[in-house]
Amino acid sequence: MRRIITAIVYNKSGVLSRITSVLNRRQVNIESISVGVVEAEISRMTIVINVNTLSEAEQVTKQLNKQIEVVKVSDITDDPHIERELALIQVNAPMSVRSEIQAVIAPFRADIVDVAQKTIIVQVAGTHDKINAFIDVLRPYGIKQLARTGITGIKRG
Amino acid sequence: MKNQDQEIAQKMSGAQLLLKSLQKHDVELVFGYPGGAVLPLYDALYDAEIPNILTRHEQGAVHAAEGYAKATGKPGVVIVTSGPGATNVVTGIADAMGDSVPLIVITGQVATPGIGKDAFQEADILGITLPITKHNYQVRDVEELEKTIDEAFHIATTGRKGPVVIDLPKDISIIEGTYTQRTKPVNLISYQPTTNPSQLQITRLMEQLKKAKKPIVLAGAGITAANAAKELQEFVERYKLPTVTTLLGLGTLPADCPYFLGMGGMHGSYASNMALAECDLLINIGSRFDDRLATCPSQFATGAVIAHIDIDPAEIGKIIPTDIPIVGDAKNALEKLLAFEPFEVDSQAWQELCIERKQKYPFKYDRENKDEIKPQRVIEKIGEITKGQSFVSTDVGQHQMWVAQYYPFNFPNQLITSGGLGTMGFGIPAGIGAQFAYRDRPVIVFVGDGGFQMTNQEFAILNENGLNVKFVLINNGSLGMVRQWQERFHNERRSSSVFDGQPDFIKLAEAYGIDAVRIMNPATVDSELEAAFAKEGPMLIEVIVSNSEHVTPMVPAGVPNDQMIGVE
Repeated sequence: MRRIITAIVYNKSGVLSRITSVLNRRQVNIESISVGVVEAEISRMTIVINVNTLSEAEQVTKQLNKQIEVVKVSDITDDPHIERELALIQVNAPMSVRSEIQAVIAPFRADIVDVAQKTIIVQVAGTHDKINAFIDVLRPYGIKQLARTGITGIKRG
Repeated sequence: MKNQDQEIAQKMSGAQLLLKSLQKHDVELVFGYPGGAVLPLYDALYDAEIPNILTRHEQGAVHAAEGYAKATGKPGVVIVTSGPGATNVVTGIADAMGDSVPLIVITGQVATPGIGKDAFQEADILGITLPITKHNYQVRDVEELEKTIDEAFHIATTGRKGPVVIDLPKDISIIEGTYTQRTKPVNLISYQPTTNPSQLQITRLMEQLKKAKKPIVLAGAGITAANAAKELQEFVERYKLPTVTTLLGLGTLPADCPYFLGMGGMHGSYASNMALAECDLLINIGSRFDDRLATCPSQFATGAVIAHIDIDPAEIGKIIPTDIPIVGDAKNALEKLLAFEPFEVDSQAWQELCIERKQKYPFKYDRENKDEIKPQRVIEKIGEITKGQSFVSTDVGQHQMWVAQYYPFNFPNQLITSGGLGTMGFGIPAGIGAQFAYRDRPVIVFVGDGGFQMTNQEFAILNENGLNVKFVLINNGSLGMVRQWQERFHNERRSSSVFDGQPDFIKLAEAYGIDAVRIMNPATVDSELEAAFAKEGPMLIEVIVSNSEHVTPMVPAGVPNDQMIGVE
């Protein structure tokens, strides 16, 4: 079962390893972690994990909350929330297919952010599933490089 | 306040600043071992009012500090050097984590320019101790040092207590910083333990108690940590609640309390384990349902409403699903429970059943056997000699379980043992640490011949410091508990559990200038023990016992509590 957990933490060295150590030790598989500084000295992490039961997820949030440098942990999976992931995809794009690619990516609201002789780089944001679908669409053209940020999420209203 | 602070503000080296801060936190003594990275700190200790107890191994230092902390409830303080000094205390730190012991461990570190460059005697002690500390720090600015120490003491001694490591690079201990004698209480926004339990949940618990026919209390180390033994006893007596303790909960009720059923779990009493299996309301106060107690979580107290009082919310529901979760300090919780208008619980038949089982199935051994000394008798006799009033430190193994079964514990903090981690080598230094805390009270260390050889070098500090500890070496020529498991569960294949050639322990003690006696005669064991305990000063009492004895009864690992073997 996929759970999305957000953690407000102090932006100090070693905090990330404290978090991953807690998860590691409990044999929790981390799907993605994304971190960014949100205010002076405070970072927000979004951690996507895969667990078997709700009580396992609860234990993870409780254990994370015990960390001295963690201010607040929430499991937002069941709350209305927004989740986004960003991907940068470098794809083979000879002139002959370039307009076709442009047409294909338009429904995904993706942007071309770099153009070279034989390749272009496309940027897309959205849910994890949307990005997967988008990659599937581009795969036949030949993906040269792919970078994904992992999920970042926030509760609604 | 600020002006006052400024008046007090003094310039001094990091090392002096650290020692001043320890004094501010009423640290009476530290246990430690010097080395390169802590030379400035030991230089400052030369002039300081806090004595350093020089152990002979860092493991001795950390277990002694644990013994001090377990006996007093106050934090033990350890100072060791970087690299090997620091890694030698890792076992003790993990032990303190397992048993929630307040501990401040100051590790030296190579100077900041060398950190991360594989410098001489460098180890990443922050990384190493990250999973086994409540929190850890590396001080990178001398002006942060005082605040760090205040925070470390706050974290180690509040909420669920535990070990905190402060890694101090050598240059930080040399550089001058400002000591302000900070008086501001520590306030960490991200660390606010809930100590006051919810009245709603307390009420729910009392409503269940009114309905219960077969209620029991499970008392753990949380009672001792919260200094709540008096309240526990009042609660148990008011509602006539049969009570099971964990190993670390021994002493929270006096041995002669009629409702005390003994320790529960793997080597617990039959009465306790049956009560755990059959109760309809289980009030767990400060126990974490360790697997030595809740031997089979899926079939544990299956018919019971489970109420769990714990200061650590992560413990509630971790092992056993909980119906009434109560986050808070055991003392506050018990005070709130006692504040209820007293009522009658309709459970007389249950009380009688529990007490009858306790009388009918006491811990037993072959008292008729006159050919060999029974270790159980040794412990029982020492319980009689000391009237159950001595601090008791144990090592780990069979003797530890026999002490839990046969020594009559009467006050909290009395039993100093490694419960969670099960650390061999713990007993000797921990008993010594306890004696440092209470110089005029009796301390006995029970130790096996296995664990004895892990930390007996600490005998060196007995005469140096005029300590009076009695060491009872239960010598069965083997690693008794390992051997027992091999005999029961591994077709008697005693792989590496029987010692072939032991040192002469008496001579070993004498080499350290310690009085020693060897007891081998079953006919005179009682009188010889009496004579040994009548002597003043530190002493090794070696008792040669059978090497085939097992600890019984027993709940095998993974089996429900009511399926004990060895019950007659």
